[in-house]
Amino acid sequence: MSTLPVLSISDLIVEFPTRRGVLRPVDRVGFDIARGEILGVVGESGAGKSMCGSAIVGLIDRPGRITGGEIRLSGERIDTLSQEKMRRIRGKRIGMVFQDPLTSLNPLMRVGDQIVETIRTHLPVSEHEARRRAVAALEEVGIPAASTRIDSYPHQFSGGMRQRVVIALALAAEPELIIADEPTTALDVSVQAQIMALLKRLCRDRGTAVMLITHDMGVIAESTDRVAVLYAGRLAEIGPTRDVLSSPRHPYTIGLMASTPSPTGGADRLSQIPGAMPNLRAIPPGCAFNPRCTKAFGPCTSELPVLKPVGRNEVACWLFDDALTGNPNKAEENA
Amino acid sequence: MLAFIIRRIGQALLVLLAVGFVSFAMFKFMGDPLENLLGQEATLADRAELEERLGLNDPIPVQYMQYLARAMDGNFGVSYRVGLPVGEVILSRLPATLELAALSGFLAIFFGIIFGIYTAIRRDGFIAQTIMTTSLIGVSLPTFLIGVFLIWAFAVNLGWLPSFGRGQTASVFGVELAILTWSGFKSMILPAVTLGLYQMTLIMRLVRSEMLEVLRSDYIRFARARGLGDRAIHFGHALKNTLVPVITITGLQLGSIIAFAIITETVFQWPGVGLLFINAVNFVDIPVMSAYLLLVGAIFVTINLIVDLLYFVIDPRLQADRAGGGGH
Repeated sequence: MSTLPVLSISDLIVEFPTRRGVLRPVDRVGFDIARGEILGVVGESGAGKSMCGSAIVGLIDRPGRITGGEIRLSGERIDTLSQEKMRRIRGKRIGMVFQDPLTSLNPLMRVGDQIVETIRTHLPVSEHEARRRAVAALEEVGIPAASTRIDSYPHQFSGGMRQRVVIALALAAEPELIIADEPTTALDVSVQAQIMALLKRLCRDRGTAVMLITHDMGVIAESTDRVAVLYAGRLAEIGPTRDVLSSPRHPYTIGLMASTPSPTGGADRLSQIPGAMPNLRAIPPGCAFNPRCTKAFGPCTSELPVLKPVGRNEVACWLFDDALTGNPNKAEENA
Repeated sequence: MLAFIIRRIGQALLVLLAVGFVSFAMFKFMGDPLENLLGQEATLADRAELEERLGLNDPIPVQYMQYLARAMDGNFGVSYRVGLPVGEVILSRLPATLELAALSGFLAIFFGIIFGIYTAIRRDGFIAQTIMTTSLIGVSLPTFLIGVFLIWAFAVNLGWLPSFGRGQTASVFGVELAILTWSGFKSMILPAVTLGLYQMTLIMRLVRSEMLEVLRSDYIRFARARGLGDRAIHFGHALKNTLVPVITITGLQLGSIIAFAIITETVFQWPGVGLLFINAVNFVDIPVMSAYLLLVGAIFVTINLIVDLLYFVIDPRLQADRAGGGGH
């Protein structure tokens, strides 16, 4: 078994040329996901989480495109592949789960036909064999009476059941990587936990790597091994989930944690980060977070911070630059 | 499902009753039928006797019921102009109109859907843009102008196709059809194109906009994320989802192809029911006009009924009562 990470992104840049200048929804983002690992990607709406996912599978809407960095899947570079080769990787080596199971399935097609279609697109098997596998896939995601439900239409399933079907579809060709874009956001809270448990179990059993895009810190805490925090298209902080959650370093991550209710926390009021994430057209120079940051100083408004190891996390913040502050733990004391 | 069909058929019958009343009323309010039947030398006694014999003294509702009863038997009276039963006259003309409408309907749907898909998929391509621009002509020019232009181009200048008439016909099961003979087929091309051009551009534009809408939807994104090829996505997933609204409009358009064949048939002197109707109007041949009205009404209602039933075939969500939903 290779020790290469399943997914390895470095310095990824996605740009959208528009009439009023070039927008950069993803700016020099880099991370790895190992076999069987679940990486959570958090951030506000528009922070570039979903765009990252789209970039990995080569499905960025026109006119956007990848203009820098590289994406490797098990060591093989995939961001430069032709559309046809990329198409064969989608669904086969990278599976996707989208936010809304109600709209992810073609309403006019039986779910079984959609699974069979996916299997036969990627694997050289007969119709009969594909159908057998489709029933097995539905059983595996916990759909009762799978051999009869396979002939049902999407509208005959509930939301949670539909998301199970979507997961079965994503896993149908046994991919190495699953990109789950807010897979539980559209579901009831009680169903969310079931779906996350299912996704975790299936991926652990198969050693599938998962990139879990979400803005739900509860899901992050419960399900992920590591977490990456995105802000305005840039990576603010990345590290083991426990460390990022218990001792966040980047002022934005700290603010994010403070604004998330915790079952044990005693605060009456949740704190909030003043201001809003900048528009992509008007990202401030230096650190994108500087206008909202209470600890901003000299270099923050002019120089772009790069990721540096701090404890077990990696943080992009000038507060942790030894040469500038002389004390790597200054921020912690202030916090 | 069954309840739905029965309800729809009931509604269709109501519409037909209303149409029937209008066509019945034409006898009452457009001129005096006795005037035409009796001639110059009739006495008042003759007149009263005929009035009684034809049942014109009965109350209006009774007369209407009698009219409906006769119409169900296929008895629409006698044409004032040619002196033959109206049913017979219309039946002899109907195949010409139906085959013309069928050919132009086929052309409109076939090319409308193909061009619609093409212009949606290659939205920014040069050919697609050209088709879209040209289609504006089809939408905006009146039918008779297109007909006259086609005659000028292909019949007068190029001399490739006949400019009027139906050519030779061949008989199949006692029905005379022109499309089966070479000269008949050639005669049909220009009128069929004229009649279908507007419908084609309409269907094309509709298919295009529906297709663009569907291609933006989540399940198409998900289909791409599953690695399906363009062909499977465009034809396997997108096309079927565009068809429901397209069928509605197309159904209505097919009805109007038959109803509005009048203009095309006049321009090309095509001997169908449209031309029959125009001549009937010129001669105030009320039985023919009234029967034509009923016929067109019946065709529209039937097509609408078929369209409603087609929804069930295409969209499984409408059959919600047939299979149970699942729980969590």
